[in-house]
Amino acid sequence: MATGDVALGNAEPTPGTKDDLSARKPVINDFSIQVATVNGSGSQSANSVLLRSIFGMGIPVSGKNLFPSNIAGLPTWYTIRASKDGYVARKKEIDIVVAMNGETAKEDILSLPAGAVAIYETSLDLQQYRSDVVCYPVPFDKLTAAVCPEAKLRKLVKNMIYVGVVAKIISLDMKAVETALRRQFAKKQKAADLNWAAVEAGYNYAAESLPKQDPFVLERMHATEGKIIIDGNAAAALGALFAGVTVVTWYPITPSSSVVEQLIDYLKRYRVEPDGKATFAVVQAEDELAAVGMVLGAGWAGARSMTATSGPGISLMAEFAGLGYFAELPGVIFDIQRVGPSTGLPTRTAQSDLLSIAYLSHGDTKHVMLLPGSVKECYEFAIAAFDLTERLQTPVFVVSDLDLGMNNWMSEPFEYPEKPLDRGKVLNAEDLTRLDGFARYKDVDGDAIPYRTLPGTDHPKASYFTRGSGHNEKALYTERPDDYQNLMERLNRKFETARTLVPHPIVVQDGKSKIGIIAFGTSDFAVIEGRDQLRKEYGVETDYLRVRAFPFTREVHDFVASHDRVYIVEQNRDAQLLSLLKLDLPAEDIVKLRSIRHFNGLPMDALSLTDEFVLQEGI
Amino acid sequence: MATTTAPNPKVNRLGLQVLDYRGGKTTLCAGCGHNAISERIIDALYEMGVQPERLMKLSGIGCSSKSPAYFLSRAHSFNSVHGRMPSVATGALLANKTMKALGVSGDGDTASIGVGQFIHLMRRNLPLIYIIEDNGVYGLTKGQFSATADLGSKLKTGVINDLPAIDTCALAIQLGATFVGRSFSGDKKQLLAMLKAAIAHKGTVMLDVISPCVTFNDHEGSTKSYKYMQEHEEAITEVGFVPHFEDIAVDYDAGTTYDVQMHDGSHLRLRKLRDDYNPNDRASAVKQLMEAHEKGEVLTGVFYLDTEKPSFTDMLNLVDQPLGTLPESRTRPSKQVLQEIMSKLQ
Repeated sequence: MATGDVALGNAEPTPGTKDDLSARKPVINDFSIQVATVNGSGSQSANSVLLRSIFGMGIPVSGKNLFPSNIAGLPTWYTIRASKDGYVARKKEIDIVVAMNGETAKEDILSLPAGAVAIYETSLDLQQYRSDVVCYPVPFDKLTAAVCPEAKLRKLVKNMIYVGVVAKIISLDMKAVETALRRQFAKKQKAADLNWAAVEAGYNYAAESLPKQDPFVLERMHATEGKIIIDGNAAAALGALFAGVTVVTWYPITPSSSVVEQLIDYLKRYRVEPDGKATFAVVQAEDELAAVGMVLGAGWAGARSMTATSGPGISLMAEFAGLGYFAELPGVIFDIQRVGPSTGLPTRTAQSDLLSIAYLSHGDTKHVMLLPGSVKECYEFAIAAFDLTERLQTPVFVVSDLDLGMNNWMSEPFEYPEKPLDRGKVLNAEDLTRLDGFARYKDVDGDAIPYRTLPGTDHPKASYFTRGSGHNEKALYTERPDDYQNLMERLNRKFETARTLVPHPIVVQDGKSKIGIIAFGTSDFAVIEGRDQLRKEYGVETDYLRVRAFPFTREVHDFVASHDRVYIVEQNRDAQLLSLLKLDLPAEDIVKLRSIRHFNGLPMDALSLTDEFVLQEGI
Repeated sequence: MATTTAPNPKVNRLGLQVLDYRGGKTTLCAGCGHNAISERIIDALYEMGVQPERLMKLSGIGCSSKSPAYFLSRAHSFNSVHGRMPSVATGALLANKTMKALGVSGDGDTASIGVGQFIHLMRRNLPLIYIIEDNGVYGLTKGQFSATADLGSKLKTGVINDLPAIDTCALAIQLGATFVGRSFSGDKKQLLAMLKAAIAHKGTVMLDVISPCVTFNDHEGSTKSYKYMQEHEEAITEVGFVPHFEDIAVDYDAGTTYDVQMHDGSHLRLRKLRDDYNPNDRASAVKQLMEAHEKGEVLTGVFYLDTEKPSFTDMLNLVDQPLGTLPESRTRPSKQVLQEIMSKLQ
């Protein structure tokens, strides 16, 4: 079944006849292709070649891998969306399906909208199920055998046949395909040649045997020049690299593992000195408790330290997060969100860790979160997170998700950081001589951020006692009521300082509309497209604010205050962003908030937003 | 009034007095074994001439873990989370591998809630002196059994322990710790010699120090009481230590004594008190520990020693300077590097 419909329950074929299909206007650079395969079949390279070929033709494109939590043998779908308007949200309707998985092929074709296209192995005989879908049967096995004498490679090479078939059908530039393919197999000439032969075989078969009956075509554009393609986890890893990270700990967990795996590659390449010694340490820890413990120990001793995890890891890190908050320790934690609760759907996306991170750990605790909404922000916020955590002396969470982290996205190239590293308030031996000592937890500057020293500072007054139990300004143990209360109030003031330092929201406001939309992270893609739909189809103008951090900055309050109704759009069941806003906003503004939620494990699409918006607005 | 000149205070090789190694006043019970251990830690660091600022003290949670407050105020200290000190120590040592690190834990903090992190600490051979102040009970929660309590031992309330004890030394040897021993808080001489050797070692030192809890576990029926230890302690070896800055004056009998040169050039001399003692043989060490349990003996001494195995921070092949204070010029790659990466992604 096509995943566009899996969770939405509308797998009923739309009635229609093939005659309606003829004489349709061409649909140029605005459609989606879904490849239905089995995981472990090696289709990733083929899909990547398709994506990059379209990118190479200058057409805005995005790809999404919808995969099971399994090594091999279960259904997987890869969706590629070409969009002349630059929309990169998931498109609910599939226009072209490549049904390579016999197990799901029938459902895959049944769930297509009328007028769509199905490409499939001839022997599956799928045309019997739909008369309103353009069917292109292809003898994949026969074509594969002809170009690939080696039987054990056929499973992989077969994927490139569909690349060739699709290329012909949608007028994909074969030069762009070859460039993408040679790039994919850059270091393997033989593999490149074999796969290219398969692409050509598919192309030639389509040219000879499959006359064009559908309207979907590509035409060259110039919208991708200078742009890069990268996944959010690699972007976060690059951010950490250029933030000068020195201690990295992790416990493998989908979908965060590739943050550290890709970071290790970068570190080995760019952070080993000429004598072969490393300016970094990476430790695969025994669990997430140890991973975050190491991060805070390293941060305490002066390192720029980080770990990457996902929901279950966040739960395990709770106790240490409280220690980090209370004892004021730096450390960066990347959370690549997946669907919870519990094990949940480990390979599906969600924005449902927001509330648990905001107040992670027992007692009065709250944490700084950065909320990237693009791969570029994954990079930039990674850098910002290291500066903020050392400036604020508290753990900082970078909250991304599977959709952003594990999928490839187009982006402007990343910029080199302009500011030097901010290592925060650290006193050295000379400072201590000048000041004749220091009080670790004293608010000297009025910003509620105290000064610290690092172990190894060569001064008899450098040391202090770090603890998660009650402590006074001099870091001595205390259970005195006023000491505790003063400390907790200072930590609260420090959170107010954080409010002035975190990334500001992106606001699109013309001053005329009375309806606002607030979203964060990957909901952005659906909101951008949804606002255009509302304007074009319903004549409704909306303003938009994308939150990029917690605590919320002043602009968020102002935005809500200046609108009559504000829709909070997010990918979780419990309206977590809305709940956090409620705790922050004055009573008269809370009543303005409305909720639009999407939580089926698939990335949010624009229609889910606009349909719900229209319903609630009573349009 | 007659005037007298005060005698010059005694100083160590750094010119520091014992006073420079003291900590805050203890808040543990009078007679608690942990206080004696703190005293020995002070003596060992003083006598070895460790610069206080070059040491990090870390601990978990519990009576034992409070004790870093009672020695070496001039060292940075971190009283962390219950059972999780090993991870904090690991991070701290990665950030600054040039520091000495001493971790103080308890039997609950190590063998119950912290057994997972303990195990992986031992595997990594992190250069950390890990001391278990082992009394077999939870003191702060008023005397429940911990996982090192012996089978059949009795609580004050009369409750009998019906589960076998975890032998942290046998576990540490099996897992790869490179210096493993057991001592008794009441055995001043042995404990001091072992602590001094621990300071000279590079790699994980795991010392299980039986440290009676005078309030909850020092009664008849306890196997961790002063009386029980006086009656059942069996030293497997006599421990002598000659620091690298002193002359090796005393001869030893090579037939009965192992002379081990430590990482810093000090010598550890282990005189056999049993024929089958061999500190280089892991299997034999574990066997003797198992047999001692059967006989109701509490073996003490250095059970296992490996001065060759690389420590965790060595294995990572880090630059010589602490990672934590490397300048930006060595941690942030150049603009050209970013441009190179970006062009590859186009």
